[in-house]
Amino acid sequence: MELLEVKDLRTYYFTSKGVVKAVDGISLKVRKGESLGLAGESGCGKSTFGYSILRLVPPPGRIVGGEIYFEGTNILKLDEETFRRNYRWKKVSMVFQGAMNALNPVRRIGDQIVEAILAHDESITEKEAYERAGELLELVGIEKVRLRSYPHELSGGMKQRVVIAMALALNPDLLIADEPTTALDVVVQAQIMNLLKELKNKLGMSLILITHDLSIIAEIADKVAVMYAGKIVEWGTSEQIFLNPIHPYTRGLISSIPRLRGKKNLYWIPGQPPDLVNPPRGCRFHPRCPYAMEICKKEEPSMIEVEPEHYVSCWLYIKR
Amino acid sequence: MSKVIEDKIISGIERNEFLISAINLRKYFPLRRTITDLILRRRLYVRAVDGVSFAIREGEIFCLVGESGCGKTTTGKTLIGLLPPTSGQIIYRPKDETVKYFNELGITPFKGKYYLLNELFKHKRANKLLRRELQIIFQDPYASLDPRNSIYTALEEPLIVHKIGESRDERLELIYRALEDVKLIPPEDFLGRYPHMLSGGQRQRVCIARALILNPKFIVADEPVSMLDVSIRAEILKLMLELKEKRNLTYLFITHDLATARLICDRIAVMYLGRIVELGPTDVIIGNPLHPYTQALVAAIPEPDPSNRLRLRKLNIKGEVPSAIRIPPGCRFHPRCPYIKSVCTKEEPPIIEVENEHYVSCWLYVKK
Repeated sequence: MELLEVKDLRTYYFTSKGVVKAVDGISLKVRKGESLGLAGESGCGKSTFGYSILRLVPPPGRIVGGEIYFEGTNILKLDEETFRRNYRWKKVSMVFQGAMNALNPVRRIGDQIVEAILAHDESITEKEAYERAGELLELVGIEKVRLRSYPHELSGGMKQRVVIAMALALNPDLLIADEPTTALDVVVQAQIMNLLKELKNKLGMSLILITHDLSIIAEIADKVAVMYAGKIVEWGTSEQIFLNPIHPYTRGLISSIPRLRGKKNLYWIPGQPPDLVNPPRGCRFHPRCPYAMEICKKEEPSMIEVEPEHYVSCWLYIKR
Repeated sequence: MSKVIEDKIISGIERNEFLISAINLRKYFPLRRTITDLILRRRLYVRAVDGVSFAIREGEIFCLVGESGCGKTTTGKTLIGLLPPTSGQIIYRPKDETVKYFNELGITPFKGKYYLLNELFKHKRANKLLRRELQIIFQDPYASLDPRNSIYTALEEPLIVHKIGESRDERLELIYRALEDVKLIPPEDFLGRYPHMLSGGQRQRVCIARALILNPKFIVADEPVSMLDVSIRAEILKLMLELKEKRNLTYLFITHDLATARLICDRIAVMYLGRIVELGPTDVIIGNPLHPYTQALVAAIPEPDPSNRLRLRKLNIKGEVPSAIRIPPGCRFHPRCPYIKSVCTKEEPPIIEVENEHYVSCWLYVKK
């Protein structure tokens, strides 16, 4: 069964320079226990997608269209208080980007976790919440005594673990992790990815991992969606995307990963992502696409299923 | 500890082999003393760089790899005089024109064409001359450009400071050339722009142009691509390679990512807590890492293989880098090492040459 189903979601930012169409018609599904990797360059709207699911889009942003079904309920139709009480953090929570700075520097981490628990669960006493906070720390591999530590007493990797513990405070069914390892060293990054894998298996939760680095996605994702300029350009299983990528953008992203073995290729995607106030006509990738045809400049390609569960939006694969 | 390397540096200098070398370089940062420290008459230091020796050949890309806090950035900054070293020697072979000025100033070389930079950095005029030759590209292109200065102002400033270019037109010509070199074309489109109007990749190009405009010989590139999207990193690396050929540059490339280092570097030195633990040609370090720490770094690099998700990544080492204030006794890596022996906790391992040009500092490889 689908845990999360997003249909034609549109989230725009209404800035003084114009309307930034950060998420512009995204449809996705996440099954129970499944992990989805959402890849794309900075500014493609992938974080906005995460915020939209939590209904935490920062102003001047607004969800302007589409539906988000969580276990069959359209959460965009709920009023804020109902959503906050029953969904946010309880069913879906998020590890925000730059989590190292997400902790309050003048409060003990135990108090911060307890605050998150009490804000969403009224049935629990403060003492129970403290015990729960201790269990959460142990779950992410930190000793209980650290409840009394301040953020500055912890290393970067430990702070990241605390933030993950906080996101897990109310046993969510879906965890959205936005660039959870970006500021971390490679060894710590590998430790955090191992932790996320273990937690996912142990708790049976679903996961959406948002990152610009496809090699991190390969570490954990069952499904991969590649996003470009506010739209999904390719979506499929991890094997399909990594072993048989078909959209030119996905191919570019995969080829540009520096590797430890094999040929030393210096490959990159030329150009830069478009301005989302005025995205290019037709296929948004066409100015950077090595295979751009006439039609790509005029008409937007629709999403087609090239093999079971493997979707792509590219004129190269549309038979006419 | 690193006598093998030091001997090689000294003999290499006789043969004019190296452009810049560091011998037993140290950089300590004193901590503010608390009242207890005063009573105990104690001084604590962050020993960021704690005796490193290496030498970089002309035209080489030499890489320092390590986790944050291992002292790699401090090494880079100390090497070019942005931070005064606590002790140790920096030996450098300047351009002939600079040597001419040095002669006028009555500065004597250390040996042959080589000068002792740690002495010269204290000499105001010599320091300014050296600044032209030794440049740096910083990690964060968002923070290293003044948001209130246009690209033109940012690039003109070094020319004014160093009195290069007689007139505005002459300086403009140099700025045009620098922007063309980093492929910000046409340059007139970029002159009036401000940093916020550029993408991350373009900003990093401006930073590279700024480093190049004084026509340097040696550039410290401190994680120049780690803030950029993976999809455009190779473009900046390629640009750096091209400029190296075109402008006869030598790089010290600082990174935490061995996969990036592999793409462009000739030799790699792996740093841990202020020391070099392994040094050798890039392919040897990645293909046959000897030090347990290097092995862990290699094992931690993610590869885009979807079968990875089905298993946990094997990481031999535990925990994180300890503080550089209280460095563990003996081998500094021993608290995290999976192969720890009793000697490791007591005595620091010397650096030994295990095969040609491949050095490691680990008791596992010391024959007794």
